[in-house]
Amino acid sequence: MHQPSISKSMTSGEAGLAVGFAVTAFFCAIASAKALDAPFAFHAALSAAASLAAVFVIINRYYDRPAALPPAEIDGRANYNLGPIKFTCFMAMFWGIAGFLVGLIIASQLAWPALNFDLPWTSFGRLRPLHTSAVIFAFGGNVLIGTSFYVLQKSCRVRLVGDLAPWFVVLGYNYFILIAGTGYLLGVTQSKEYAEPEWYADLWLTIVWVTYLIVFLGTVIKRKEPHIFVANWFYLAFIVTIAVLHLGNNPALPVSFFGSKSYIAWGGIQDAMFQWWYGHNAVGFFLTAGFLAIMYYFIPKRAERPIYSYRLSIIHFWALIFLYIWAGPHHLHYTALPDWTQTLGMTFSIMLWMPSWGGMINGLMTLSGAWDKLRTDPVLRMLVVSVAFYGMSTFEGPMMSIKVVNSLSHYTDWTIGHVHSGALGWVGFVSFGALYCLVPWIWNRKELYSVKLVNWHFWIATLGIVLYISAMWVSGILQGLMWRAYTSLGFLEYSFIETVEAMHPFYVIRAAGGALFLIGALIMAYNLWMTVRVGEQEVQMPVALQPAE
Amino acid sequence: MKAILTLDNLASALVTTIWTPVFIAIFLAIIAYAFWPRNKVGFDEAASLPLREE
Repeated sequence: MHQPSISKSMTSGEAGLAVGFAVTAFFCAIASAKALDAPFAFHAALSAAASLAAVFVIINRYYDRPAALPPAEIDGRANYNLGPIKFTCFMAMFWGIAGFLVGLIIASQLAWPALNFDLPWTSFGRLRPLHTSAVIFAFGGNVLIGTSFYVLQKSCRVRLVGDLAPWFVVLGYNYFILIAGTGYLLGVTQSKEYAEPEWYADLWLTIVWVTYLIVFLGTVIKRKEPHIFVANWFYLAFIVTIAVLHLGNNPALPVSFFGSKSYIAWGGIQDAMFQWWYGHNAVGFFLTAGFLAIMYYFIPKRAERPIYSYRLSIIHFWALIFLYIWAGPHHLHYTALPDWTQTLGMTFSIMLWMPSWGGMINGLMTLSGAWDKLRTDPVLRMLVVSVAFYGMSTFEGPMMSIKVVNSLSHYTDWTIGHVHSGALGWVGFVSFGALYCLVPWIWNRKELYSVKLVNWHFWIATLGIVLYISAMWVSGILQGLMWRAYTSLGFLEYSFIETVEAMHPFYVIRAAGGALFLIGALIMAYNLWMTVRVGEQEVQMPVALQPAE
Repeated sequence: MKAILTLDNLASALVTTIWTPVFIAIFLAIIAYAFWPRNKVGFDEAASLPLREE
């Protein structure tokens, strides 16, 4: 087909980003030379190199690309942008396996402390944030960004806005993970749980996240479908709230612009309050709202059934976001936090039962008329079991937020068990299910390489979760009861080391559960890799309908 | 005793006297919107939106 020739020139985005990265490289090189501590010097040098690489890639891409940018539509149908989504799928699998592996290592360290190797870099204190950040922000974050870009385009029937912007989001986000993760190993942390990265990583994440918001909103505004589908509401709540939480919890003043250490602006109990307002809403808006968006799109699509009740989904959405934001203080029961604030946190946590279970029912009942598919489709089974785990952990959470229950459960392994029933069962399984759907769709494959392997993954991982959470329940309640046991004379019945000794068998079982979960993920990675490599192509669509890379 | 106006009790007055009813009203409006009979057709269509795309 004859294309009218247009003269090729750099877009303002390409030119601006190339210049911006060149300037960044310059300043990072200076910061690296003047650095006050070794980890900061390393991060600054790495960022200088990465910025230079970005300049090279942008210019190289400009020379390689045709004069015209990819069209938004081909023959009246949206020309979807799938490249950045493919990248997130790959990175999600990579970080997932890395995060599960580090989880297994630290679980084993708790059972066999010699595995700390007496080295600072491999100690539990540094590996633990590496594990949590790798699974939540790296694995979960890539799944969320990737699926959000897919669902957004499909449900709005329009191509993502921006040429470089979507790539900037996915690459920039993964670079943030790299800086955060290597920082933990080198001892760089601001000691806020789930918000460990220091000031310079936080600043970078802010830029990336605002770009994400702009790409998302820009695409919503340009949509061809008049209605904004409910999944997009959940994704938007996730993006907006994470931005607010990140800014609220991280106003830190660096000791020097050439060093990694900073001090937080908040003091004392206000700092604790901000921290758990952030921490719990990272659960509510990162690990819940974002993944509920996946539920509302992928379960109907996979089951080929409409959402059970769209009305319920609207009420689910608003009730969830109105209530979640107040639940944070339940992390600070029996502390210096004012008593009324603790009670407020507890009350809102209990009220959260309603939207949580409303959402769970909506997800499960979407299978109405398609229950038989659970027998034959392990991917759908994974998605549905994830919703069951969502129901279970959102029952357990409010219960644990009740102050008298919390007096037993807090600081024990029960909390770890609760978190993992949500993280492995809900977030993990819904992500696996979404990736099993997404990879054949975006690589244009007829089906997965092996459904049998999905079945193996499902059962091995489920067994792993059951071992993990039941071990932690027993160990947590045992621990809590031993801590509060008194003798008839009023002395504590057990020394602390006796409680540690009592938990050893459960720590071994937990590590075994984690190992099974990791094995399941390795099977998945192989299956997805083979789907892309050797999977049969979907029946050839007319050329114009093929999604652009 | 005369109440002294400080930032603290002003904030608490705003929370208790204004925002609680405002949020309740917004939420009730959302429920009314969700259950408004005329909206049902649009919602039913939206419920199967993932199934309609090419």
